[in-house]
Amino acid sequence: MSNIPENLRYSKDHEWVLVDGETASIGITDYAQNSLGDVVYIDLPRVGDKFGVHESFGSVESVKAVSEIFTPVAGEVTEVNDGLNDTPEKVNSDPYGDAWFMKVKMENPGEVDAMLSAVEYEEYLSSQG
Amino acid sequence: MLARAVNGRDIDMEAKMTPDNELKKTPLNQAHRDLGGKMVDFGGWEMPVQYTAGVIEEHMRTRTAAGLFDVSHMGEIWVEGSDAIPFVNRITTNDVTKLVDGQAHYSALTNEKGGVVDDLLVYRFGPEKLLLVVNAGTTDKDWAWITSHKADCDIVLTNASADYCQIAVQGPKALSILQGLTDVNLSEIKYYWFTTGRVDGVEAIISRTGYTGEDGFEIYAAPEYAEQLWNKLLETGGYGGGPDGMLPAGLAARNTLRLESGMSLYGHELSDEIIPLEAGLGWITKLQKGDFIGRDALAARKEAGIERKLVGFEMIDKGIARDGFDVYINDENAGIVTSASPAPYLKKNIGLAFVPAEFANIGQEIKIDVRGKQLAAKIVPTPFYKREK
Repeated sequence: MSNIPENLRYSKDHEWVLVDGETASIGITDYAQNSLGDVVYIDLPRVGDKFGVHESFGSVESVKAVSEIFTPVAGEVTEVNDGLNDTPEKVNSDPYGDAWFMKVKMENPGEVDAMLSAVEYEEYLSSQG
Repeated sequence: MLARAVNGRDIDMEAKMTPDNELKKTPLNQAHRDLGGKMVDFGGWEMPVQYTAGVIEEHMRTRTAAGLFDVSHMGEIWVEGSDAIPFVNRITTNDVTKLVDGQAHYSALTNEKGGVVDDLLVYRFGPEKLLLVVNAGTTDKDWAWITSHKADCDIVLTNASADYCQIAVQGPKALSILQGLTDVNLSEIKYYWFTTGRVDGVEAIISRTGYTGEDGFEIYAAPEYAEQLWNKLLETGGYGGGPDGMLPAGLAARNTLRLESGMSLYGHELSDEIIPLEAGLGWITKLQKGDFIGRDALAARKEAGIERKLVGFEMIDKGIARDGFDVYINDENAGIVTSASPAPYLKKNIGLAFVPAEFANIGQEIKIDVRGKQLAAKIVPTPFYKREK
């Protein structure tokens, strides 16, 4: 069973968002890391990059597969988690903690409301079989 | 994010080509589920891509201790009768007349153009009895091909794929683990030789072969004993007993292990359109042995000069090549990646690719198109990994 913290919001692409004022931390969910398997490489954006909503901002590579990651909310990158370059395995061991990918200053914080709650995300996962 | 996984054609975690209820299952299907195996569609077979330890740990454990693999999906075809040896010699590239009883070799079935119908192992049980072990996804195609060339040969062909489970015990501890379950003196079996004997009381074919680059054995037995053998091997191998214990290993580790060892995977390095001479299999292509299907075409291709060759490469730039990516040399699209992956033991990003023969030299720099970015790589010798003997 996937771990789905209640204080986060979720996308159907399996990203999570943690909101702190105008800033959103973004990562991928426990379900996503489990589906990918051992993560070995993450391609992250740079501070100052700007993304619209549902834009590809990087990729996560496991031994077997590569997946693009998409912005659930629009904004400007204020911080990236460079530590993941040396310890990509943290995406597997701590997807909601140490393994956040980036922080963005949201253009439109209302976009978060359109994302799934923990309960809705759990329902979404079960509906996917 | 997962919607955009863009990996290889047949071990892709998200691939769903066959409806679940039509997937073929090995006799170890439930055992894999009990071990937390993540089941995927592999060429119509429901197989574990990995277990709870994950591909990296399963790969490493096979290199340092032992890994256990269910390869029951492979096909087994018996060729029996007075024409068994000449028949198999006519449909395969290696020289079957060189085999003696108890010996096996790697070979290829070729079509009239010299393209590879499948790669396989040929086991000689006797002068009139050979066993062909073929790939799972191609078993039906191979069976049709082989039976269509029987003509008036004095042989009986039997597709015995459903009569066997096959379990591979691989790694430096494979011999000592398996020895605990059999009276056969395993150290007397040389690499690519086999014998019959009992494993945990079960009648089996014990073959010193594998697809990992490690020492190890492949065991063939009746499918009703599959779970007994599997569980006994895990127990004897110390599964769950710490970092030196055996681990069950899935298709993902099987793929990275064979890739590090520079071995071909049918559908990637080999196909009906690829000839063994360009895929680095000249060593099993015995053009002097007499006529065989595709021989004339292969001889002509060799005479004309082989235009492209399979090479190993490792990434110089940060980034991971994947199956099907384009290769660029001097700004021109010059070839294609057939298999590529992070290599867990070597901790490099490696791959195999076809390039024009003129560039197939150790040290040659090439570029791999990784989703629009041309990343530097260089041609290196294969196998990438070779165990110490």
